[in-house]
Amino acid sequence: MRPRRGSTILGAGQIGFAGRFRAPRLRPLVYQFVLAAALGVVAWYLVSTAAQNLLDLGVAAGFGFLSREAGFAIGETTLLSYSAADTYLRAIAVGFLNTLRVATLAILFATLLGVAIGLARLSANWLLAKGAAGYVELLRNVPLVVQLFFWYSVITEILPAPADAMRPVPGVFLSNRGVVFPMLELTAPDRWLFALAAGVVVLAVLWIGRSLRLPEIARRQSLAGAATLATAAGGALLLLLATRKSIKLDYPVFGGFDFAGGGSLSPEFTALFLGLTLYTAAFIAEIVRAGILSVDRGQFEAGYSLGLTERQVMRFIVLPQALRLIVPPVTSQYLNCTKNSSLAVAIGYPDLVSVANTTINQTGQAIEGLAIIMIVYLSISLAISAAMNAYNRRVVLRGNSR
Amino acid sequence: MTAMTILGLTITLLALQSSAVHAQATAAAALKKGFLQCGVNTGLAGFSQPDSQGEWRGLDVDFCRAIAAALFGDARKVRYTPLTAQQRFTALQSGEIDILSRNTTWTLARDTSLGLNFVGVNYYDGQGFMVAKKRKIKNATQLNGAAVCVQPGTTTELNLADYFRAKNMRFKPVVIEKMEEVLNAYFAGRCDVYSTDVSGLLAARASRAAAPEDHVILPEVISKEPLGPAVRHGDDQWFDIAKWSLFAMIDAEELGLTSRNIDQQAKSANPVIRRFVGATGDFGKMLGLEARWAHNIIKQVGNYGESFERHLTPLGVDRGINRLWNQGGIMYAPPLR
Amino acid sequence: MKNGANHATRAKAVLRRLRLRLFSSWPSAITTLTILYLGWKTVPPLVNWAVVQAAWSPDQAALCRQLIGRGACWAFIADKYRFILFGTFPADEHWRPALVIALLLGLYGISIMRAVRWPLLGALWLAGLSLIAALMWGGVFGLSYVENERWGGLTLTLLLATFGLALAFPLAILLALARRSELPLVRWVTVAYIEVIRGVPLISVLFMASVMLPLFLPPGVSIDKLLRAQLAMILFAAAYLAEVVRGGLQAVPAGQEEAAQALGLGYWQRTYYVILPQALRIAIPPLVNTFIGFFKDTSLVVIIGLFDFLTTIKVSLSEPAWTGFGIEAYIFAAFGYFLFCYPMSRYSQRLESRTAPAGRLDFSGVN
Repeated sequence: MRPRRGSTILGAGQIGFAGRFRAPRLRPLVYQFVLAAALGVVAWYLVSTAAQNLLDLGVAAGFGFLSREAGFAIGETTLLSYSAADTYLRAIAVGFLNTLRVATLAILFATLLGVAIGLARLSANWLLAKGAAGYVELLRNVPLVVQLFFWYSVITEILPAPADAMRPVPGVFLSNRGVVFPMLELTAPDRWLFALAAGVVVLAVLWIGRSLRLPEIARRQSLAGAATLATAAGGALLLLLATRKSIKLDYPVFGGFDFAGGGSLSPEFTALFLGLTLYTAAFIAEIVRAGILSVDRGQFEAGYSLGLTERQVMRFIVLPQALRLIVPPVTSQYLNCTKNSSLAVAIGYPDLVSVANTTINQTGQAIEGLAIIMIVYLSISLAISAAMNAYNRRVVLRGNSR
Repeated sequence: MTAMTILGLTITLLALQSSAVHAQATAAAALKKGFLQCGVNTGLAGFSQPDSQGEWRGLDVDFCRAIAAALFGDARKVRYTPLTAQQRFTALQSGEIDILSRNTTWTLARDTSLGLNFVGVNYYDGQGFMVAKKRKIKNATQLNGAAVCVQPGTTTELNLADYFRAKNMRFKPVVIEKMEEVLNAYFAGRCDVYSTDVSGLLAARASRAAAPEDHVILPEVISKEPLGPAVRHGDDQWFDIAKWSLFAMIDAEELGLTSRNIDQQAKSANPVIRRFVGATGDFGKMLGLEARWAHNIIKQVGNYGESFERHLTPLGVDRGINRLWNQGGIMYAPPLR
Repeated sequence: MKNGANHATRAKAVLRRLRLRLFSSWPSAITTLTILYLGWKTVPPLVNWAVVQAAWSPDQAALCRQLIGRGACWAFIADKYRFILFGTFPADEHWRPALVIALLLGLYGISIMRAVRWPLLGALWLAGLSLIAALMWGGVFGLSYVENERWGGLTLTLLLATFGLALAFPLAILLALARRSELPLVRWVTVAYIEVIRGVPLISVLFMASVMLPLFLPPGVSIDKLLRAQLAMILFAAAYLAEVVRGGLQAVPAGQEEAAQALGLGYWQRTYYVILPQALRIAIPPLVNTFIGFFKDTSLVVIIGLFDFLTTIKVSLSEPAWTGFGIEAYIFAAFGYFLFCYPMSRYSQRLESRTAPAGRLDFSGVN
């Protein structure tokens, strides 16, 4: 709501006596000029002091250090291969991908878990409702750092050494070095193709599920499209598997120090993922609950009076309306989750902040390093906000187009 | 409006006033403060560690006390800032501490691009590995695939990467910032190997291991680690004071001057000793200190050998190459003249 | 005869309520049974570990080692509790930080009471904070001087949170008003500041303050670590609080502004006497939620090495006698924070149910 004329923060014009003069037109300009001048002086002063200090110290400036050899190793390089001979830029890229990896997975699972717990809190079953309430209250009132340290302690103190690893399922081993599991042995290009094909198959299945819910006429067309897509993707996948001679499961084998082969999740990643997911889920649960509660009681009653079951009322009438109210706060929770993933530096997971911090220490260029951190996080925040705003607009329109 | 103007004027005034201060006169600032702010390790046995009464003790701590003795005539006028490896350089660069005496390796990058000047070497060291004896590892080439605990921001992590790359072996770094937590992680079994300077390995094994004989330090020393204190670029007087305080301690051992006999030796007719204690020459004035500066250092802190024996020998650390140059080691200081 | 009938009807009522709540349908019944079964499997062993077989006395360190896996080691808390509460404050002056903690809790309590009006509350806060500063620093009234490097533990957490929010709040109000300004430059600068601070993690702001800030100061001027961290928290809190206050400002009906203008009040008079009181009253529930968030965020100073409540617990763990008891340590830390945050959370929920019974959505965006 824009303030009306005559109500600016620096009083551009009072009604009455002062309004008779033409000076009011000038006053806002004067105030802004003074503000700009003051800011300019402060900025000039800060920059010149910093430049002088850096000059006195002999510390380099500029982003040239990014092309120098990093020299340090990074513990987790799942998404991008990296060795100590690579540049600082590549190291920071690895950190960035690690951040994305843990943040995306945490957001995904937190949403699922959060919606489940939010619905559980509204359940008719008293035990379930109180249990969910207890979960939410407990996790929301303890700082995330404490929870991360707790999970990390649990993993490193309770789980045994790799030599005596626990074996819940054949092929999967739990130890204080993390969890290792068998994985399909695929080299780089195949891995991406496989992931792509699998993703398409999943999408096709979801599409089929959605089209089954449509009315008769639209359903046939939709099903036809989905079926074609599914067959294409499935066929591609089978072709992929058939043409590669050596598709096998890579079983982890214990030798020397630790397990080799297979896929693994380090204790740091597991602790961070667990902590982030459970913490964010608690907040999302509250938002979902508040959103559903804010839908007018009359909607429920109208649905019941039409003969719909409680499940159908939830799915077709209440949730879509609740979504309108849920999406903005959930967006900010996604943003918080991404920013909270920076706490990885406390438990030793090599995310962006952690790697950038090491870089700052090795090169001494604190300002450039922190600038990189802030720019990357700002970009991520903008991207998430934009995506959720787009989704929000769609949801709002749908609600309004009745 | 008024508030804005006042704010603007205040800022301008501040800017004008403080931009007049350019020179980095650390010595003068310390004298005015009345104490020396010394950056040390958060807790490394033998080098800088608080004892059970909260008093800081160690080789690096003794160096800071030596500078305080030279500057103020009182070795107690020091305040200690415990710093992790990640924090140490920014603390020195920003002026939070006056001198960094924290078992820091002298490298080219740190000497130049980080804006530091290394005062000298107070301990010649190298990097090694420590593993549990039950693993039956005899040398470092058997460490392929190991998880190695290491602190970030150290030459250790760089040397590790270089060594394993050169030997075509892989390792998994477990990066933990604080010294105490790294040791906890190693002794709890989170990682297989702990790698740092050999002096640190010995100190950790002696002070923190539940059963020191269960841990073995591998024979390989994979790097040169000349450890020494550092000051900021741009303050030559302070650099000289720190440098010559270190040299005084080494020279004193060479001359046979100890904290016990210095008072007596000060009356000696030996011209070298007379120059040392300030009876002749005006070396104190050249440094901007009083004439008895070296005398105060040895009286209140002791010479290099005494400091070493007080803190490192109880941990089982042999003097090795840290002996004097004329006793088989490489500790060598320029003469005080 | 009547008593018997009453008992019977009451028992039947209880049974019916039980059935409705727990066994109203097949899925519900299965859920109840599953939850009861899981509870049966986990709760008794947990209680056994945490209470029955636990070591409580501080001189039971050896016993603690033997109890690993079977009993919790709360002895380490009993041994270190003074360090955890007061940090490295001189041991014989521990009554000072203890008094400070009591004062702070008292101030929080008074602020909740609705009987205390605004001017009196402001005066009490001012007096209280000055007294706290005098107690902590000393140097006056015969108290010995204690430099702030020695403050720590729970005292430091409470101080960081309280001073941080107390100083951030006026700044936040200014920012919120500036964001609604008609002057484009004022608006842009404020929006840029708020959006940048809200878009980056608190860690990076803390790093910026502790690592970068000294570079921007002239040589010879230095701000100590605690002050830097406090500054960072104030700047961070102000951005988030500004958004909450802005929400409150937007919720004030436009008619109030117009009526105030019609009365001939100037901008600052309007804002101070008419708009702000209403806006702040509306914004209290999300404000309290933001307060809770920032109380929890003070725990992040563990990363820059300030000795707050969490850091002292962590440091206690690194003593050789007490290594390996991380689980007990962090459960205790969680308990400590929960003790402060849960009552605040209940208070906020009570406020919300008073203003908006349907269940308010928290738009402040802080957790």
